[in-house]
Formats: sequence, structure tokens, C-alpha cells
Amino acid sequence: MGIDFIYPEFEVKRDRERCIACRVCERQCANCVHSYDEESGLMLSDESQCVDCHRCVSLCPTRALKIVKSDCALRENANWTTDAINEIYKQASSGGVLLSSMGNPKPMPVYWDRILINASQVTNPSIDPLREPMETRVFLGKKPDRIKREGDELCCELTPQLELSMPVMFSAMSYGSISYNAHKSLAIAASKLGILYNTGEGGLHEDFYAYGANTIVQVASGRFGVHEKYLEAGAAVEIKMGQGAKPGIGGHLPGTKIGSDISRTRMIPEGSDAISPAPHHDIYSIEDLRQLVYSIKETTGYRKPVIVKVAAVHNIAAIASGIARSGADIIAIDGFRGGTGAAPTRIRDNVGIPIELALASVDTRLREEGIRNNVSLVVGGSIHSSADVIKAIALGADACYIATAALLALGCHLCRTCQTGNCNWGIATQRPELVKRLNPDIGSERLINLMTAWNHEIKELMGGMGINSIEALRGNRLMLRGVGLNGKELEILGISHAGE
Amino acid sequence: MFTINASDLDFRSLNERIRESGEPVTVSGCLGHRFIAAGLNDRSIELVGTPGNALGAYLNGANIIVRGNAQDATGDTMNSGRIVVHGSIGDAAGYAMRGGELYVRGNAGYRVGIHMKEYGQTRPVIVIGGRCGSFLGEYQAGGIIVVLGLNVTGDIVGNYPCTGMHGGKIFLRSDCKNIQFPGNVTVTKASGADFEEIERYVKEFCSLFGEDMDTVMSSPFTKIVPDSKNPYKQMYVAN
Repeated sequence: MGIDFIYPEFEVKRDRERCIACRVCERQCANCVHSYDEESGLMLSDESQCVDCHRCVSLCPTRALKIVKSDCALRENANWTTDAINEIYKQASSGGVLLSSMGNPKPMPVYWDRILINASQVTNPSIDPLREPMETRVFLGKKPDRIKREGDELCCELTPQLELSMPVMFSAMSYGSISYNAHKSLAIAASKLGILYNTGEGGLHEDFYAYGANTIVQVASGRFGVHEKYLEAGAAVEIKMGQGAKPGIGGHLPGTKIGSDISRTRMIPEGSDAISPAPHHDIYSIEDLRQLVYSIKETTGYRKPVIVKVAAVHNIAAIASGIARSGADIIAIDGFRGGTGAAPTRIRDNVGIPIELALASVDTRLREEGIRNNVSLVVGGSIHSSADVIKAIALGADACYIATAALLALGCHLCRTCQTGNCNWGIATQRPELVKRLNPDIGSERLINLMTAWNHEIKELMGGMGINSIEALRGNRLMLRGVGLNGKELEILGISHAGE
Repeated sequence: MFTINASDLDFRSLNERIRESGEPVTVSGCLGHRFIAAGLNDRSIELVGTPGNALGAYLNGANIIVRGNAQDATGDTMNSGRIVVHGSIGDAAGYAMRGGELYVRGNAGYRVGIHMKEYGQTRPVIVIGGRCGSFLGEYQAGGIIVVLGLNVTGDIVGNYPCTGMHGGKIFLRSDCKNIQFPGNVTVTKASGADFEEIERYVKEFCSLFGEDMDTVMSSPFTKIVPDSKNPYKQMYVAN
């Protein structure tokens, strides 16, 4: 109170005429916003605890509730915004580093929305995906430099490839940052869809080894849960060098979230902080990275592709060029709008670059150097829709990683308070009574619905361009035009302006 | 006993031969071959010469003896098993090691036992006979590191040991009066119960390398343990 007081950001509006005091809101809110007053028989609210997650709104049987942004405002100031002022207050009272969740909420340019897709008219007729076969299957991995023959026989031996039914995968989210049921939903959906999900750096729960053929297992600087059987369990191994939401720093799962199950999966003691250091302590160069890549290949008998995941940063093209020579089979690039369970606010909002620019410059660089076929490119960091997927592929990606979109499908309402561990939707929490709110059968079905819908849209967009195979779209930047972009942006994206 | 001459083999072929052999192996002519025995879960392997980086990475039960020096990242993310090095060892030995034992007769480079952890019944152990470089036990989250400083003149460990340490224990056979430790650890003179804890590892070291147990244990040991297993708890404010 007093000098530290920050007026609650949201107000709980309860329609007294509609409210039947059934107390559903009270039972559903893990933040303890709602309470029942026996004396008056009325429901009360403590809006200071409200995170605007819409759990109560969604479950109120009489639609008596709505959450609105408070109009109690500091004096308007275009320079010192309310957020900027409140952040100062929070730090002045605590001395702490500001910690936020999910992707960068700042109004930074979204280049996807400044790029338009082509369609066929008159010549090169469009294709109707309802009547004609369309291929959205992709294979990720190193492609050979040339056709080889032994005698008259074509040499068909390839380095290991990942086969995806469509060019989208669920990107890394650790067990710990998200719940058992969230992981289970992703695993079931990935298997049924013929795509892959990613364990993140928190190890692989024993129950999910069964989904190994559709799992990417991650190796990060903390090496949580990494052991021989884990590496063998997945279809591919991803080395995490960086994450779009927090390039250049590590991760930190507080000890309070390391319960017995997470302890077993991460293979660390209960209650001990899980600290992922910022760097891998054995990697100081591309040559060192090559060593980690090959230690994994040796351990897995060269049967699994190795992915190297990096955050999109200023020199991403040069970095990717190095990774493409490190023996990695796939490069995953995570843009600065990518989500996170927790990241320092300043890092999340100020470090890294947009994925669209990173992707275009990496693809261009690798092609200029004649090493594009050394690796496949997977991009993530706020892919909102199937149209973004199409644009990414036309800019040069082989596939996209989605995570925030997948969580939204599971019920996430993007209240951006994952770090509290009180997720009312059972996703970013380890509290058993909250975790069970997410039913993996329903969750996986919703993920399958989302991906099926996207795949239909991808086919329609491809058909409209007269393209019947996703392979023919990759790097086909002639299918894209920019609107409202300056010359430099168009140059980096390698596309013409609309009308050109 | 199966013998492989590594001098004409690259690391990949050497590893294939070791994996295929299916029995105890002696490798002669080791010269910088990387990833030897990576992920191996059984077998005894004796290496003559100098194996390269990432020896026994992800090791899961195999037993490795090195008659010579080893290089960087030995026992990286090792889960169980044992590595015995009859010489000195490079940087980042036992990085994120979760179980098993690593015995080194000579000296070790930088970052020994970095991010070493323990879990359930598995508790990794590193015993270094000589001295360690800087950053010993950085981010250490579990396990035991013993540094004996035998035949060492000067300090037993380099700069910045135990930074970010939040689990496990380190024992240095020295009074450590010149060593500067960070504020997040407690440094005490090892006493009765501590000696009981490390005795079997020191004994094993002595029997492996022919040192005299009584002589080794007659010098004072310093024990270092972290103050908290949640060292960064206070640093954040929700935004």
C-alpha cells in the first residue's frame, strides 16, 4: 500500500442480477479472486489478484462475469507509459529483475502481416485441393549434393530424415514449464498427425517414451534428463543454443516447481533449482558445437538427425552458415516474438530480431554459399496461422515450429502469468488440482483440429498459386509481395513490393 | 580380451569396432580419437595413448581405463560407469555428470565438474590427484568432487571455484588459505563425518594409482558446500 500501491490492472464486473452465487468462479480461480460472503449471500472479488485468464468468465453458468481493463489511470503520458512507470515502482520496492511470461507484447513490426501471397489468374491455372492431390509432406534433414550411382544402380542411401505429414511441428516446451497433461496432449496429437513435438530441456517423462517416434528430445546447457536412453528415445535430438524469447541467457525453473515427478524426469533432486546456464560450457566455437553434434551422433549410431536451435540475433546468417558446417542436419531459428514460461522482461522485449528477416537472410546466405542443402530450416517465434506458414516456406523455411498457437488450442488465454505456476487452464502449472483441468484426450483433439484446419488452408493457398507440392513453394519468393515496407526491408526479405 | 589398433582408424570406425566387439577391449595407438565409448552401457575398455575430446560422453555403465592423458569434456553428461585416467585431463571434465566415477591421477583443466548433479541414488564422484584449473565446480548441483593436490606446488585450484554452486560437496586437500571462494558457499575444515564420506573414494584412488592412504589422509582437507539450493530465488519480481 501507499508508495508501493499499483492499482489493479483489471476489474471484475459481476452482474448481480445474473449471479446465482453458485461459487463456480471461486472454485475455479487459483488466484483466489472470488469469495463468498455468507452474511450477505453475495460473491465478492479481490481484483488485485486477477490476471485476466478468463477461466471464471468461461465457466460462469449465467454469464454474470466479465473482466475489463481498469480505467483508473495514471496521468496520460506518451513518453512515460503506465507500464514503464509501474515497472519502476515494482523494481524500486523489490530490487528484483522483472520477470515476464509468453512472447514480446510490444508493438513491434509483424512482417508476416506486411507480406501478401500470390494467386494464379488466367495462366498457370489454380488447383482445387478438393479434387486434386496436394502434397504437404516434408522431409527434414541433410540432402545429398549430387546423385550418386554405384554401377547402374542409383545410390539411395540418405542421412537420417524426419518425415512430417505437414510442415508444422510443436516446438520445445519443457515438462516443468508446462504440465504433464499438456505434454501428453502434444504427444498424442503429434503421433496422430504424423508430425513431431519437442520435449524442451526438461527431460522425457517415462510415460511418453511410447511416443518416441514423434518426439524431438532436447539437449540444453543444463543437460536435464539427458542420458543414453533419452537420446535413443526420440526421432531426433535438438541442441538448444538459444531461445527467441531470451537470447543469450539460460533458464531457471525454481525449486518450488521441482516436485517428485519433475525431479524424476529432469533427474535432479526435489526442491533444487533447475538452472540452465546461459552458454553450453563446452561450446565456444563452431568446432566445439560440431563436437557436441557428433557426440550425439556417435551415441545414437548416426540414426537420428541433429537439430541445432538458435535465437534470431543480429548475425544470424553467419551463425547459421557455421551451424550448417557443423554436421547438424537441421537448423531451428526462433524469432524474438517467441513465447516462454518465464524470461526477464528486458531481455524478452529488447533482444533478438524478427524471424521473418532472420529466415530470409539465412536462406539467402546459405544459398549464396552453396550449402543450403546441408541443412533443413525450421522457424518459429509467433507463427499465428497457416498463412504465416506459407509465407515462411516461400521465404525459404522447410517447416515451422509452433508453441503459443498450440497452447491456445489447449485453452491458454494468454494472460502471460505462467511464471506464477497458477495456470487456471491446467497448462503452465504443476498443481495436481489444476493440471487435471486439461483433459489430454480433449486437448489432443483440439490440436489435431487446429493442424487439420491449417493443413486444409495450406493446400488451398498452394492450390491458389498453382502449386501442388510444398517442395515447389520452398524459397519461391516470387510468390510474395510486400506492402508498406521500405526498400531495405524488401531487400532483406528478397521480395518485391506489391504492384511490382 | 579383444585388441584394436586405432592408429589407422578414424573415430567413427574405431567406435564401431568397439561397439561390435561385444567383449572387453584394449585399444592401442589412441591419438585424439573423439567420442570413444560415447553412450556405452557395458564393457571394459582400456585405452593406450591419448583419447580425444568427449571420451565416455553420456556413458551409461561402461568401465574405461586410460593409460595416458585424456582431453576435454571427458565424461560429459555421464550417467553411470567409471573412467580412470592414469595421466592428466583437459577442460570441462564431468560436465553435467549425473552418476558414475571419474578418477584422474594427474591434474585437471578448467571447469571440472561444472553443472555436475545428483539424482535419487546416483551420486557422481570425481577424484583428481593433482590440481584443478579455474572454475572448479561452477554451477555444481550435486555429487562429490575431491581434489588431492598430490605433488603440487602452489595452489590446489585456480580462480573462481564454486561460482553458482547450489548442490553437492567439494573437498580440497589443502588449507586453501590463498583461495578466494564466492559468497554463496560455506568453507570449513573437514572433520570426522566428512572423512568417513570421502574415505572410500580416496582409498579407491590410492589402490588404483598406488598411493599410500595414510600419507594422503594425513593432510588437512577443506570442505565447501553451497549455502542454498535455491541461489537465485530473490532476484526476480513478477511483471
